Amino acid sequence: MSEPPIIAAHGLHKQFGPLHVLKGVDLVVAERELVFLIGPSGSGKSTLLRCLNRLEEPSSGSVVVDGIDLLDRRTDINHVRTRIGMVFQSFNLYPHMTALANVTLALRKVAGKSRAEADTIGRAALDRVGLADRAHHTPLQLSGGQQQRVAIARAIALEPRVMLFDEPTSALDPELVGGVLAVMRELRASGMTMVVVSHEMGFARAAADRVLFMDQGVIVEQGTPEQVFTAPTEERTRAFIGQIQRH
Amino acid sequence: MSAWDRFTDAFFNVPIMLKYLPSIAQGFVLTVELAVLVVITGIAAGLGVAMLRSLGLRPLNWAIVFVVDLFRALPPLVIIVLIYFGLPSAGVSPSAFGATWASLALELMAFSEEIFWAGITAVPRGQWEAARSTGLSFGQTLRAVVLPQALRLTVPPLTNRTIAITKGTALGSVIGLAEILSQASSGESLSFNPSPLTLGAAAYLLLFLPVVALGRWIETKFAWKR
Repeated sequence: MSEPPIIAAHGLHKQFGPLHVLKGVDLVVAERELVFLIGPSGSGKSTLLRCLNRLEEPSSGSVVVDGIDLLDRRTDINHVRTRIGMVFQSFNLYPHMTALANVTLALRKVAGKSRAEADTIGRAALDRVGLADRAHHTPLQLSGGQQQRVAIARAIALEPRVMLFDEPTSALDPELVGGVLAVMRELRASGMTMVVVSHEMGFARAAADRVLFMDQGVIVEQGTPEQVFTAPTEERTRAFIGQIQRH
Repeated sequence: MSAWDRFTDAFFNVPIMLKYLPSIAQGFVLTVELAVLVVITGIAAGLGVAMLRSLGLRPLNWAIVFVVDLFRALPPLVIIVLIYFGLPSAGVSPSAFGATWASLALELMAFSEEIFWAGITAVPRGQWEAARSTGLSFGQTLRAVVLPQALRLTVPPLTNRTIAITKGTALGSVIGLAEILSQASSGESLSFNPSPLTLGAAAYLLLFLPVVALGRWIETKFAWKR
């Protein structure tokens, strides 16, 4: 028996009123695996991702991350979330703080580090995303790509066991995408477990272990990037891959 | 006597002004005390209520909206008269100072709550989500991430509203509170000369011009650093 999966989500349903966004999704991610989630907008991929750190409360099902049941009422969700990094499409940096303060806030408030300790860890995280020299810039003084790299630093500073990426490059100008993907590749090389919602197919081919195609709240098809991108078995997958390749 | 002399004799009569300067100075001190108390308690209460409202508990929020709308709708003079002349029938006799303070503080609480609430709701959802995803609690997120951004947005409307409501200290004159206006108008009726009123107006300028300037300074101070 291999080691237990780091993410084990089973039978996930999510309903927003009459809208049934997730219809029984199972997602098991092994340690050091990079799973890529693709699918048309409204397919439920972002909702699935947000259920994995309980930013979204599943209507039913179970989510276990790193052996901790996220939906158990006795679970200290704030503590678990420090082990699950998340990166958002719109960066969501705190505009009233410097890059370094963005990175160190949770280190001080949640991880209980002193300011000096937090600053040391924060600078190392900024250095890792190539922005050591931007520590005292505010988000408005940074480009979109730099902001997203600071957001990645904010997440990795807490030394998470898993990283969730919700369309990390979708809000970026094309010339800024490369820098963010380079940071993600470096994370990948260091052995970070990652779940990525994105349409960067080149990145998926180069780095993903597994690609999942979602549509209408279910996982339609999954396999290696090669299988899913070049020889999809489902009609819906074929249609979607065809569409994104034409652009 | 020329028209000009008659005018200066009526509004800038120096001997009369000097005579009533001490009582107006007393009124000035009382008005400052009342104004500071109203600003601190009214804004603190408004911020506290807005923070409670952000918890999103529906019955509590209905109660908050009801109370806030009540005190935004009632003229402050009506509240002063209700408290000062009404409460004694219920066995509580507030002082003129207490009645004026309570009325203005409640009004400032109501208006500042709405301003703070507008600021809190204007902070994008993504800010909450980013902070919560790093493990910050609701309270930590509100304090460290949301309120600092919300407060920047609230500074201009809040300073305006605070100045407008604090000037309502003059309403205390209706129930005999010895603040600036009350001292100045009793000076006017005793001397049969409006010069004490000029002095009173000068005292208000002395009090509120620095407040207006402070508001301006805070507004520039709170602008985003680009």
